[in-house]
Amino acid sequence: MSGPGEPKIRIRGLHKAFGAKNVLRGVDLDVGAGESVVVIGGSGTGKSVTVKCALGLVEPDSGSILIDGVESVGLKGAAREAVNARMGMLFQGGALFDSLSVWENVAFGLVAAGQKTRGEAKPVALDSLAQVGLGPEVGELMPAELSGGMQKRVALARAIAARPDIIFFDEPTTGLDPIMADVINDLIVECVRELGATALSITHDMASARKIADRIAMLHEGRIVWSGPVSEIDGSGDPHVDQFIHGRATGPIRMAVRR
Amino acid sequence: MNPLAAIGRAFLALLEAMGRLVLFAGVAVSHIVRPPFYPRVLLRQMVDIGYYSLPVVALTTLFSGMVLALQSHTGFARFSAEGAVAGVVSLAITRELAPVLAGLMVAGRVGASMAAELGTMRVTEQIDALSTLSTDPMKYLVAPRILAGFAMLPLLVLVGDIIGIFGGYIVGIYKLDFAPAAYIDQTWQFVEVRDVATGLVKAAVFGFLVSLMGCYHGYRSEGGAQGVGRAATDAVVSSAILILVFNYIITELFFAK
Repeated sequence: MSGPGEPKIRIRGLHKAFGAKNVLRGVDLDVGAGESVVVIGGSGTGKSVTVKCALGLVEPDSGSILIDGVESVGLKGAAREAVNARMGMLFQGGALFDSLSVWENVAFGLVAAGQKTRGEAKPVALDSLAQVGLGPEVGELMPAELSGGMQKRVALARAIAARPDIIFFDEPTTGLDPIMADVINDLIVECVRELGATALSITHDMASARKIADRIAMLHEGRIVWSGPVSEIDGSGDPHVDQFIHGRATGPIRMAVRR
Repeated sequence: MNPLAAIGRAFLALLEAMGRLVLFAGVAVSHIVRPPFYPRVLLRQMVDIGYYSLPVVALTTLFSGMVLALQSHTGFARFSAEGAVAGVVSLAITRELAPVLAGLMVAGRVGASMAAELGTMRVTEQIDALSTLSTDPMKYLVAPRILAGFAMLPLLVLVGDIIGIFGGYIVGIYKLDFAPAAYIDQTWQFVEVRDVATGLVKAAVFGFLVSLMGCYHGYRSEGGAQGVGRAATDAVVSSAILILVFNYIITELFFAK
């Protein structure tokens, strides 16, 4: 566990390039225990890459990611699996396994980590589904039979099923109508609070960011350019943040568009 | 542009691709023998590769056996050697046609499907999701498929051997007027255990190659739907080429004087 005053997640000097493209150019970010931090930023600024580095899905070129004070960059095999077993992840598209039923998807992490047998994991999976407002009958369906909103809920149930310390949310409301997006936001807030988990989310949906964040960090050109409590974002004084939250085409953020 | 430099770059790219494939195969094989194991996934793959490929392999070998009987009879009749038809059919089926045709059919059916399935899992982040759920994707997705391909293709070929020889028998009896007992007797005289065993060894190697190429191209797929389509095509083409190359190598090893 993180010591007193020590952040749950500490990211320092994170660099990652794909070929000639420098995506991360020294990301520094702290997320305190039990805190919900939302990273905002335009498309292609490196939000997803930052989270994927924290999960070990992408190997950073340099930099450090401390989880509870322990370095997680470079971990492989069983050591990485042990760290990931304490984390949950809600993927942008849900990333539900097509070949497994809904309850098997939710129970997957519990069985894979050896915490439970299939028989023991099923009631836990159904409990998790209930937590996100889905009945046991949904558990027997296949992911392809669900709507986009329901898939997101199932993905959320899977992310919280193993009761993780840390949960990552990648664009949790993308592709949803505003009402369903709000339902998902409420569920995220509720689940994170109930678990007492630390949450790191990435989004460009400001309504979602305002709802689920304790603190917001703005990522621009591979660096955090502003970070502060959600209550201060409207008076941040940072031109990047101002342009982004008001969705203006003019300002310091230049999008790669061709006319 | 310097043509030598271009040749050099292409050669280095080829070596790099071969290195990646060999490393991929090594990691996959190492996961086959190391726990945890996923018997349910393995069983599903064995059914998919073995049971569901049975009709296509059966039809292919049946008609190949029938055509072979007709053609060899036409050829041997010129030398009054029609009696060798049964032997030629059985040798050709067990040594060459059943393993190669079954391998190619499974490459088309299973190799493409594996590449498309894993490719889709890659582009929809399902493979990443496996990693976040304490599961090594190589162990969960790749190792069972390769083991299933390796184990099931010999069984398919064994069935294909029987059906292919039966195809030759049908043509021999009903079209070429052979006596049933004589045809069967000749088949037994020609076929040796070694012929069937060689075919089965080939089948195991082809099964490994088909699954390996399907998994390799699917696992490394990128670029959305187009990437998945390319992975499926690459899996089938590379499997087919490797089957023909390894068919020669194994034949050379077993039968070269």
